[in-house]
Amino acid sequence: MRKILITVFALFATAAHAGPKIEHWVAPSGARVYFVETRVLPILDLSVDFAAGTVFGPADKTGVAGLTRALLDAGAGNLDEERISAKLVDIGARMSGSADADRAGMSLRTLSSKPERDAALELLRAVLSAPTFPESVLTREKARTIASIREADTRPDSIAAKRFAAAIYPNHAYGASATVESVERIGRDDLVAFHRDNYAARRAVVSIIGDVSRAEAEAIAQRLTEALPAGKPDVVIPPIAKPVRAAVKIAHPASQSHIHIGAPAIARTDPDYYALLLGNYVLGGGGFVSRLMQEVREKRGYAYSVYSYFAPRKLEGPFEIGLQTKREQAGEAIKVVEDVLAKFLVEGPTAKELAAAKKNLVDGLALRIDSNAKILGYLSAIGFYGLPLTYLDDFPAKINAVTTANVKAAFARHVKQENLVTVIVAAD
Amino acid sequence: MTQPISALALIAAIVAVSPAPTFANPFETRLANGLRVIVKEDRRAPSAVHMVWYRAGAMDEKDGTSGVAHVLEHMMFKGTKKHVSGEFNKIVAEAGGRDNAFTSLDYTAYFQIVPNRALPRMMELEADRMSNLRLTAKEFEQEIKVVMEERRMRTEDNPQSLVHEALYAAAFKAHPYRRPIIGWMDDLEHMSYTDARDWYRAWYTPGNAYVVVVGDVDHQAVFDLAAKTYGRIKSHALPERKPRNEPAQAGIKRVTVKAPARLPYLTMAWKVPRLNDVDTDREPYALEVLATVLDGHDAARFSKNLVRGQKIAQSAGAGYDGTLRGEALFLFDGQPAEGKTVAELEAALRAELKRVQDEGVSPEELARVKTQTIASQVYKRDSMMAQAMEIGGLEAAGHKWRDIDKLLEKIRGVTAEEVQAVARKYFNDDTLTVAVLEPLPLDQAKPKKSAVATRH
Repeated sequence: MRKILITVFALFATAAHAGPKIEHWVAPSGARVYFVETRVLPILDLSVDFAAGTVFGPADKTGVAGLTRALLDAGAGNLDEERISAKLVDIGARMSGSADADRAGMSLRTLSSKPERDAALELLRAVLSAPTFPESVLTREKARTIASIREADTRPDSIAAKRFAAAIYPNHAYGASATVESVERIGRDDLVAFHRDNYAARRAVVSIIGDVSRAEAEAIAQRLTEALPAGKPDVVIPPIAKPVRAAVKIAHPASQSHIHIGAPAIARTDPDYYALLLGNYVLGGGGFVSRLMQEVREKRGYAYSVYSYFAPRKLEGPFEIGLQTKREQAGEAIKVVEDVLAKFLVEGPTAKELAAAKKNLVDGLALRIDSNAKILGYLSAIGFYGLPLTYLDDFPAKINAVTTANVKAAFARHVKQENLVTVIVAAD
Repeated sequence: MTQPISALALIAAIVAVSPAPTFANPFETRLANGLRVIVKEDRRAPSAVHMVWYRAGAMDEKDGTSGVAHVLEHMMFKGTKKHVSGEFNKIVAEAGGRDNAFTSLDYTAYFQIVPNRALPRMMELEADRMSNLRLTAKEFEQEIKVVMEERRMRTEDNPQSLVHEALYAAAFKAHPYRRPIIGWMDDLEHMSYTDARDWYRAWYTPGNAYVVVVGDVDHQAVFDLAAKTYGRIKSHALPERKPRNEPAQAGIKRVTVKAPARLPYLTMAWKVPRLNDVDTDREPYALEVLATVLDGHDAARFSKNLVRGQKIAQSAGAGYDGTLRGEALFLFDGQPAEGKTVAELEAALRAELKRVQDEGVSPEELARVKTQTIASQVYKRDSMMAQAMEIGGLEAAGHKWRDIDKLLEKIRGVTAEEVQAVARKYFNDDTLTVAVLEPLPLDQAKPKKSAVATRH
């Protein structure tokens, strides 16, 4: 009872700051650690992310980053995959993984009571440091991956997503997707090598939030990363070449055309981030109130879903507009989208739109950090992309400082008509 | 090898550290017009989830106007006497919040997630559209096109959705669960704004609704606000709800769907009981435990034996939801691994079922179910929306939020014998429906042209 009251008061006392108190240090292993202590719930969330995304794999074996990540818990130390999953289930812990172009890693949610917590952390330590990549599991998972690639290659949405990435990132790992052939070429040695080279402590960010003290968090971070491989020297990811404006049409029997329009646009640490975030809210990021939603859906009934987004990465991540519409009206719908974008690039948002966007992004920040799971995502991004520890605290001021001129200038720098690629699947 | 920690030790650990509120949280009141308001105070962050649930969903529709519950959900954003179309979304967005709505077989629900100081405004807006919706032919004509695009996206071009639609349509012939929530395309093409208006007038009334608020709020303040906003609306009588019970099925049903795809897809559905009485029922809890043993976690039997062990399945799942207004199904689904057939997968799924029928489940498996249940409840407290959904979902099925803890107790009390008994009793072919996706090579499928519009 007393514990609750103290926590509640503590929350109110810190309410003047936008974000939670983030502690940061470098573990003796070399891993960077980001930590928020919060004792309200008896849980612990953590993630360990590595610079081990698809860009770090060999070009002719696309899929090696994903398979390495997926097989981390397929055997570790003296445990096989069945023992690992059974042990996790027996203590009520959840382990999951993710891999994208830049990073790959594992996250863990466990009860914070000591026996469960310790057991869960030992499992995570084992899968990160001592994966065994059994040949038999690799054979099975390669077969499953190939089956799902073949299945995905019949689906208009995945065909569109893959072709769009390939078209805006020609000859770059950011545009590559695993194929049947690239997966068939992958052997156990490739996984062992990819893990040895990339799952190193100095390439790792450990994010921790929950019911542990700073001292406990320090011990946890070190224990999780002390036995990781040494890794290889950093490789430089080749720069992005902007594509030339083009339209790609792909036949498919679907009733709707799947349309993507975009180009490589922005790196996560680019100072234009805030101006683009605000501008995109007005253009197509702000749900029902965005211009694209108004013109395409609300006024014309052309689509259920129409959106735009920037997905910043280490290097220039994509800007993309997407929609699906009845194939007979795809041409008209694309025309509307192009008109909305062209007008926005020339005029930028109105003063009223900009003010509304600021209100949503600033006042909505509290909702984006109202759970441990959500804050964990920010810790990981702050650590991986090297954002300031005060990122969440600074967010309102950074957003409020943006002007219409800033938005227009930022779009002019990052979204150029001459680079926009249009991909249409199920085109007539 | 360490000993698995017993569920009992876990419970003790949680009780010891958990700051579970000891007050009467959640709180509930009933306004004079019949609207119930349920508030769960959660002070971890200055946010609030505000939901309004109407006990009217696709199952309450009639033939010829399938999909109207969902169409009306769309129309609820199209303005009232006070607020023009789209203004609702705009106000929520400017408050820093987000909002949406969803329609199910059993209910239709609307929600906003906002900074807590915006809650009064949300209640005002939601109360306004409970009785003042301005439903015009013009707005309807525009929005029905959006709904048809939604159906194309979710169903027409999604082979697995088509299989599920076929499965329900075959499993039920009298019960309204046979119709898809989004409606048949032909019904959407012939729907008029008066259908939506009639639906609104029939079902949208305080006596058929309840409000759920979870967040950093004072329950008494929320009750007072509810009285000032929702309290002003007069309730009216509801249309008669006919039972429309499904006649007993007497023989297996099999249907096939052909669609562009690579992997076949198999679904199997048996008729099983739903949860009626939280206190005296036993079988629904045993069915839920059975589903968890088969497919509730990474170490469950389907993944372990069919995907990883025998490598016969690309994927395999089992599910049971007994918390609903209509009739319950126990579902299996899966994709055969490359080189395996649907028939082989069906045989393998049936073999797993037979193993439970013959040998039952182990104490270790039962302990895992209990551990999972407890851990899920603790983790759920990290999300206000998950807590609001739990309360709202239980109420939609006609149960009480007060029973949440009791339901968990009941799950924990299920014995191995009870699981084996339901596996033996309910899984015979006479009540089974099987729906299968037969993949059509892409180059053999004709482009799907949309029907020429008959609307004007």
